[in-house]
Amino acid sequence: MSEYVLETKNLGISFGGLKAAQDVNLKIKKNEIYGLIGPNGAGKTTVFNMLTGVYQPTTGTFYLNGEELRGLSQEAINHKGIARTFQNIRLFNNMTVIRNVMVGLHNLPEFKCNPLTTVLRLPGYYRAERAMRQEAKKLLEIFGLLEDRNNFAFNLPYGKQRKLEIARALATRPKLLLLDEPAAGMNPHETEELMQTIRFIRDNFDMTVLLIEHDMSLVTGVCDNVTVLNFGTTLAEGKTEDALSNPEVIRAYLGDDE
Amino acid sequence: MLKEYLLNIKKDFKWKHYTNYIAVAVVFVLFTSLYYMGALNRSLPSLLNQVGYSIILAVSLNLVVGFLGELSLGHAGFMCIGAYVGTYVANLLLAAGMNTLLALVIAMVVGGLLAGVFGFIVGLPALRLRGDYLAIVTLAFGEIIRNLCKNIPIFGGAPGLVSDVYSANLQDKNSPPLFIATFICLFLMLIVIQNLIRSKHGRAITAIRDNEIASKATGINVTFYKLLAFIISAVFAGVAGVIYGASVSPVLYTNFDYNYSIEILVMVVLGGMGSITGSIVAATVITVLNFYLKAYLTGDMAAVKTLIYAVILIVMVVYKNAPALKSFREKYNFKKLLNKLLPHRRKESFVQDDEARWDVVTTKISMNEVLSTDLVVTESVTSPDKPDAPGGDE
Repeated sequence: MSEYVLETKNLGISFGGLKAAQDVNLKIKKNEIYGLIGPNGAGKTTVFNMLTGVYQPTTGTFYLNGEELRGLSQEAINHKGIARTFQNIRLFNNMTVIRNVMVGLHNLPEFKCNPLTTVLRLPGYYRAERAMRQEAKKLLEIFGLLEDRNNFAFNLPYGKQRKLEIARALATRPKLLLLDEPAAGMNPHETEELMQTIRFIRDNFDMTVLLIEHDMSLVTGVCDNVTVLNFGTTLAEGKTEDALSNPEVIRAYLGDDE
Repeated sequence: MLKEYLLNIKKDFKWKHYTNYIAVAVVFVLFTSLYYMGALNRSLPSLLNQVGYSIILAVSLNLVVGFLGELSLGHAGFMCIGAYVGTYVANLLLAAGMNTLLALVIAMVVGGLLAGVFGFIVGLPALRLRGDYLAIVTLAFGEIIRNLCKNIPIFGGAPGLVSDVYSANLQDKNSPPLFIATFICLFLMLIVIQNLIRSKHGRAITAIRDNEIASKATGINVTFYKLLAFIISAVFAGVAGVIYGASVSPVLYTNFDYNYSIEILVMVVLGGMGSITGSIVAATVITVLNFYLKAYLTGDMAAVKTLIYAVILIVMVVYKNAPALKSFREKYNFKKLLNKLLPHRRKESFVQDDEARWDVVTTKISMNEVLSTDLVVTESVTSPDKPDAPGGDE
């Protein structure tokens, strides 16, 4: 077992001549909340997309608990233990809330049930289905969504949609959770609540979290360590306060004096 | 064992999961008894048969279009395979002296399975293409199959393949009508597709429809489920084809043109994407309409048939979707009427499983557009209006 839950080595990708990200070296320890920040277009989401298999990195590689995951498909990476949320919320809109979470539970070994058993409605189907429903309700209760379980996902208010997306990601029992701008569009009160949720997830689900965020109050509030990206390269990394007080970082965010 | 099986069914029993079965069974029992009492005229069994296989076609297409969210315009192609292969196999078996019913059953199995193989082949491009592009590929597939069948010598060529099951039934006055077999197939199909949809596998399929990117990130095996949906859909279209082959003679390739594929799609769209009950109703209405238009408009008036059919379709589509008629629809709708008549419906709020809207399905956003940047994609694409009511209790 490696010391780090996630370790990336010189991770980089270029689209034609554009180097969207290069030499990204993240080292994330277990139960850490790690921030990936940077100005718009710095390549943060690109890094997420590489880590989840949407893009294949052109250089470098990455490891989850010491196991190299580069080159695997999105589904396979999820099975290995990386789950993510999306910047622009991607729920299964025409499905009810509880079904959204149950889709997340789909691949867990204890809910295994092949299509033939399903069609014939053998006892195995009912066992799996009831267990899934129980499990989904438990998760929804944790996120305060139990009351809304039979609503359609797109009918939920924004904050609850965010929560549902996190719940769905957690349902796949990941080892590492990637949150892409979880606080986007939230007011300070909701952000505060979100911070508690993230800490709660870390403590109760034994989770390691990597998050992209623009809201500095959230970053300073929950992140143990951060990496600052700018134009696809690493600008600074380390303890949150240290990295944020780095003059390079301040210049990247606020611009030069000239 | 059986006790546990029944107990499970009883424990999870909900009326709304059985309405389709009950409706089909009632129609079936009613018309079978009428038939044996001799109260049906000569054309009705044929109409019932047509309704039966149209429903099979519509519901199986709904699995791909409504639940998986892939536009397929080649459904008649699968039916064509079933019709030709099934008829050919049945002819061989009948020539070998086999019982008509047994020959028909074997023909259904063979025709269905072979159509399933082609479903797999068509499913493969569906993994890469989406929306309009897949529609074009499936459209081309339907045409290719039709022309292939025309040019295979054992299938009789341009004059078509003579169906011996049909002539055997015609000669034997005491043979049971074909629609009984059709309705049994219909029932089996409903069991398979409804049970599949109301399960984790069905949820995976609808998840792919709603958001393919998110379902991949959630670990859903998109390849498997797309192929599964295409194969199951094709198998039942093939079975429908075999039934068709047993109800006419000769089986002619011209009947499986893209017009017919579109007609099946019309049934699915009119009935509502992802609504099995809707598909059943729409398939019935359209088939009956077609049947009587064909029967009453003969001679010179036959040309008007298509016109009337088209006008009725336009009226139905407008009625179903026009915003100006929204209040009218809400006031006088079928669901409300049923709620009044059937008290149990009021208890569980009655909403279809995972219904989707047509526009949501066709506008899957291209992968690159969404994932390449930090840009926020406009939300408007996947935010349908509010549905009628929240879903029943899980």
